[in-house]
Amino acid sequence: MGQTLVVLAERTASNGGRRGKVEQTESNNVMLKKFLEFLDTKVSDELGKFQFVSPMSWPTTLEASDLSGSGCTVNGNEAISEAKSTEGEPMLMLKIVNNVPTVTIMSLEHGNIVLSCADSKGKKTSELRHCLEANSDPVAKICGERFSTIHGPNEELVRYMQSGGAEGQDEAEKQRNKTLALLLTSFHQLDRDTLKETFGVATSTTRLTPDEVERWVDLLKRYCGKDENKNILEDLDYFPEYNQKLKNGCRALPKRQIRGEICYIVAVPHDTEPVYITATTDGYFVSPPLENGRFVFGRAEGEETYSALIPLLRNKSPLFNELIDNEEIFQQMEDDKEKGIIDTTGDLNGEEGRYDKGQGQEIQKRQQGDDQKAEKKKHDKTKKKLEPSLKWRNLMIEDHKEIEKKDDKKKKLKPIKKPRDNKRHTGSDGEDSFEESSSESEEEEEAPDRRQDANTDLPSEYWQIQKLVKYLKSGNQTATIIALCSMRDFNLSQETCQLAIRDVGGLEVLINLLDTDEIKCKIGSLKILKEISKNTQIRRAIADLGGLQTMVKILSDPMANKELKCLVAETIANVAKFIRARRTVRQHGGIKKLVGLLDIPPASSYNNMQNAAKEKEHEKDIEVACTGAMALWSCSKSKKNKQAMRKAGAIPLLAKLLKSENTEMLIPVVGTLQECASEPNYRLAIRTEGMVEDLVKNLSDEHPQELQMHCASAIFKCAEEKETRDLVRQYGGLEPLVALLGNKENKDLLAAATGAIWKCAISPENVVRFQELKAIDQLVGLLNNQPEEVLVNVVGGLAELAKEPQNRMTIRKAGGIQPLVNLLTGTNQALLINVTKAVGSCAEEPDNMAIIDKLDGVRLLWSLLKNPNMQVKASAAWAICPCIEHAKDAGEMVRSFVGGLELIVGLLHVKDDQELTEQDIEVLASVCAAIANIANDEENLAVITDHNVVSMLAKLTNTMNDKLRRHLAEAIARCCNWGQNRIEFGRQGAVAPLVRYLKAKDPEVHRSTAKALFQLSKDPDNCITMHEAGVVKPLMEMVGSNDDILQEAAAGCIANIRRLALANEKAKTNKTVPN
Amino acid sequence: MASKFKNVPVINKFEIESLLRKYRELMKKKQKMDRVLFCEILCNHFGMTDSIMMDNIFRIFDRDNDSIINMEEWIRGLSVFLRGNLQEQIKFCFDVYDLNGDGYISRDEMYQLLKDCLKYKYTPDEDPEDTKRELVDYALKQLDMDSDSRVSFADFETAVKGKELLLECLGPCIPDYRVKLIVSDKFFRDENDDQEIMKIKCSK
Repeated sequence: MGQTLVVLAERTASNGGRRGKVEQTESNNVMLKKFLEFLDTKVSDELGKFQFVSPMSWPTTLEASDLSGSGCTVNGNEAISEAKSTEGEPMLMLKIVNNVPTVTIMSLEHGNIVLSCADSKGKKTSELRHCLEANSDPVAKICGERFSTIHGPNEELVRYMQSGGAEGQDEAEKQRNKTLALLLTSFHQLDRDTLKETFGVATSTTRLTPDEVERWVDLLKRYCGKDENKNILEDLDYFPEYNQKLKNGCRALPKRQIRGEICYIVAVPHDTEPVYITATTDGYFVSPPLENGRFVFGRAEGEETYSALIPLLRNKSPLFNELIDNEEIFQQMEDDKEKGIIDTTGDLNGEEGRYDKGQGQEIQKRQQGDDQKAEKKKHDKTKKKLEPSLKWRNLMIEDHKEIEKKDDKKKKLKPIKKPRDNKRHTGSDGEDSFEESSSESEEEEEAPDRRQDANTDLPSEYWQIQKLVKYLKSGNQTATIIALCSMRDFNLSQETCQLAIRDVGGLEVLINLLDTDEIKCKIGSLKILKEISKNTQIRRAIADLGGLQTMVKILSDPMANKELKCLVAETIANVAKFIRARRTVRQHGGIKKLVGLLDIPPASSYNNMQNAAKEKEHEKDIEVACTGAMALWSCSKSKKNKQAMRKAGAIPLLAKLLKSENTEMLIPVVGTLQECASEPNYRLAIRTEGMVEDLVKNLSDEHPQELQMHCASAIFKCAEEKETRDLVRQYGGLEPLVALLGNKENKDLLAAATGAIWKCAISPENVVRFQELKAIDQLVGLLNNQPEEVLVNVVGGLAELAKEPQNRMTIRKAGGIQPLVNLLTGTNQALLINVTKAVGSCAEEPDNMAIIDKLDGVRLLWSLLKNPNMQVKASAAWAICPCIEHAKDAGEMVRSFVGGLELIVGLLHVKDDQELTEQDIEVLASVCAAIANIANDEENLAVITDHNVVSMLAKLTNTMNDKLRRHLAEAIARCCNWGQNRIEFGRQGAVAPLVRYLKAKDPEVHRSTAKALFQLSKDPDNCITMHEAGVVKPLMEMVGSNDDILQEAAAGCIANIRRLALANEKAKTNKTVPN
Repeated sequence: MASKFKNVPVINKFEIESLLRKYRELMKKKQKMDRVLFCEILCNHFGMTDSIMMDNIFRIFDRDNDSIINMEEWIRGLSVFLRGNLQEQIKFCFDVYDLNGDGYISRDEMYQLLKDCLKYKYTPDEDPEDTKRELVDYALKQLDMDSDSRVSFADFETAVKGKELLLECLGPCIPDYRVKLIVSDKFFRDENDDQEIMKIKCSK
């Protein structure tokens, strides 16, 4: 409480101390004004008389004589009030302290006296300003330290009131407590009022701070990920080269900070190229794309400055714009922001201007400045334009063309604006004219309907459509039909017409028509909606107007005829292209109805008709099913919809339709299937319902590429499962897949086909077939000049194929090593995971390794250990293992990486209370494996020992994960070969847990554990620990193993233990003999 | 009696008998089916309300222009009404709209048909007549394929085959899809006649 007063004081503390100036900023002025108002009106007698806990004093501008006649006795330079406090001190006192006249007050009443005296000199505000400058926390002074302003929740008042009731106090004290509580609540009230008031002012004047930028980046980062349905962005982070936070919170180079730059952000939307953003104190703007992987400073051509990150991203990525609307948290934030702005407008000037005066003044001030400032103002203006209009935001962001078009439309308005501009520059009545024109330009964009008066620049279609909509609104069925038919004559695929229909309120009417009983009107309306819903803005508008609900209702109508159903399904297929629409369809039971459309009644069900009519009906049914599949295809992009479809029984129906020969039918059906194949239960169903055969059949050349693509993509997703991979081979699907690789033009098809090959290559039988088909040569050929989505799959495929030793050679001969190593420098994480795998597999072959070494591939792999993505890290560490194993002079090579060993040992670090995720464990296992290889070189082992590898490994020994155990034991075994490491492992308590590993099921764990135990048993203390942990029995069993290494290690370990025991006995006997 | 309608392909013997029975049933009170009774039937059974349009329909039903619908006219008319294919419906509608029967739908005829279609509040600067005329222009633009400012049967046929919605673009004169289903149900499967239907079915 009293927060605002403190904030006010803090604002002044510009140079660290609490005694800075209260700046002459707009928001401070508003706050002061509010505070004065509070003192004038809100302070009743009771509150005014309340005696401060400690007196408040400040250097005043008043003189003692000013106070005469206000209940004070003036004595030279001093003035003392007649009213005395309970302690006998004067309530008001003006004295000269250190040659400065200082005023001290003990109650608000007397504060008011001082202020009213100052008012007579016209210094009321400045007096208060001085007061607040000197008293950083007035509330603490007034009410006592216990109420001093703290950040965060403060329940002191509540506690205070509770205690007040409990203890026995006299009347006066009670009265005082009551007043204090009252005072505190009024301060609280003041806070709220002031905050409300200053909100608009504050938002318009605050500049970006590094903290704020960081907060936003952190927040957005949490919503990043691969899943298009869940994550708003694929990735967002600081630009890697400049991600070091400097002391002042900025990440930009100091020399760039001079220009106000704070940091550089890379955002990777799902649908577009990465966006490089520069955050400056003025706001965010987009920088040009990278050049040679380096950040290009400055502003990209034609880019504006945005006040926040989200509007910028909305503008850059239509998909982001769509997704962010579904993140309620962001929605809420934006809503709040808007509310705030509108509120202040209402409060402050009540005019029709959208912006409060504060901002207007601010801008006016800037106008008087130099050119640079004028430019800034322009940005400010654009900034503002972006904020308040929800309706327009969509327009702007979704289509840039649209903006241009609107601009054209607005031509007429320009001459009006120009004289205004001139006037503004003269600065005569700058503020007003600016406000007006800014609010006007706002309106132009926001409400295109109002442009009716300015008719000259609108295309003629606009007027005709408006007239037709009028007929729709007012006419009966007949007029409606004529209007609908006439409307269809317009080129509805043209955006002007689409938007014209929306702008003149046609969408509402068209959707209302769907609710009528007139089937003809419904059909006519849907025929138009079907066309115009291809436009993203129209889609949203239809969803907003509740069109989907109505359409789903039509599907449920038993009287609806087939034509109507077809049209509804087609329209839904168009509209349900964004998440919210899909959710609406599901929530209103649309999925079930759409699935129902897929069920084609057998031709025999029309037995009361003649043959020709029967055929016609059947054809109609097929069309209904086809459009139903199209709608489901759109809907199936949401996970919940997939499940709803399954529950509605879509799978057997889709399987039936998949047998069709009709391409128009097959494309939506396969499209739906491949969309749904992301769900395991669909994959199972696709396999068990025998759909794989049909998918393979449709891969062949005689089908259109779109169908081939969806089939390949379905196989890509389904081939995660072994049975499906086998089925694909059995039905001869591998041949057409490889054949599709020849198609280098259609990238989507190529991505799908290579993806399918990748997944199919997981089965060794398929690898053999791929060898016969010479797939490797083709895949290597695709390593150059392909988009990333293709590359990911190509490299994934090569990684799988390279598991076969023979293929590694083939890859080398096809010249695949070099492009693979080159890809290690990329940024796409999915790609990096696959590339590291592929390089790792290739490195198993000494000849390949020589090439990798020559290309400095190991260094590149090593640098990927720094990648933030856990999978990339793990996969890079795995790939390093064979490299070290097969490289000549591996030890020397590893040492040549400056800081490399420290880096890799550092990856073993686990915080004490950290719960290990699967990914963490994978990283740890891979790093252990790498360390085991590194430790083969004695010098390197010495280095990593210095880096504390022993204690880090020892700390991990309690794991239950067999994979980690295996590699951990191996690493321990190899690390024992240096200095005191063996003893050190014993001291760190690594031995007993290792013994438990022998109970694990995995024989690989046994082998490496036995090796480690053998090494550790060379130290007598360890032998005792092992023995106590019961190592002998399991080791005895392992001696009988078929695995030579295990056998040997186990035997060696037992031998060591036994030797110790013998020595011990011997010592005992030696000792006993003399006795 | 039924044999007379062999050239009405879409309607079968059973349906003809049902229609005739219905005809007799509806005629019970009166001697002959005149304009008033016919309009009453259209209104009660086919949900039509526009009296001008009903008059026009009567004109087409009454092929011999004797102001009475006889049995044959009844069956021929209703067969198109309830079971007519597109071609038959086009012909029927065109005839209904061609008020003077000269083989063309003229601009005046359209105006007559469309003048009551708009019911909105006109703003002061709008001329209701102009608005109506504009609507006629729109309709003419849709229908007049050879741009001679009048609609011949060929025009109408082409237009409707292009956009089926245009079939009733000058006023509803064929029962709605749902009405058709309901009426067919009522006419052909009247509960009172259940026994007879059973008999016919058995004899088949």
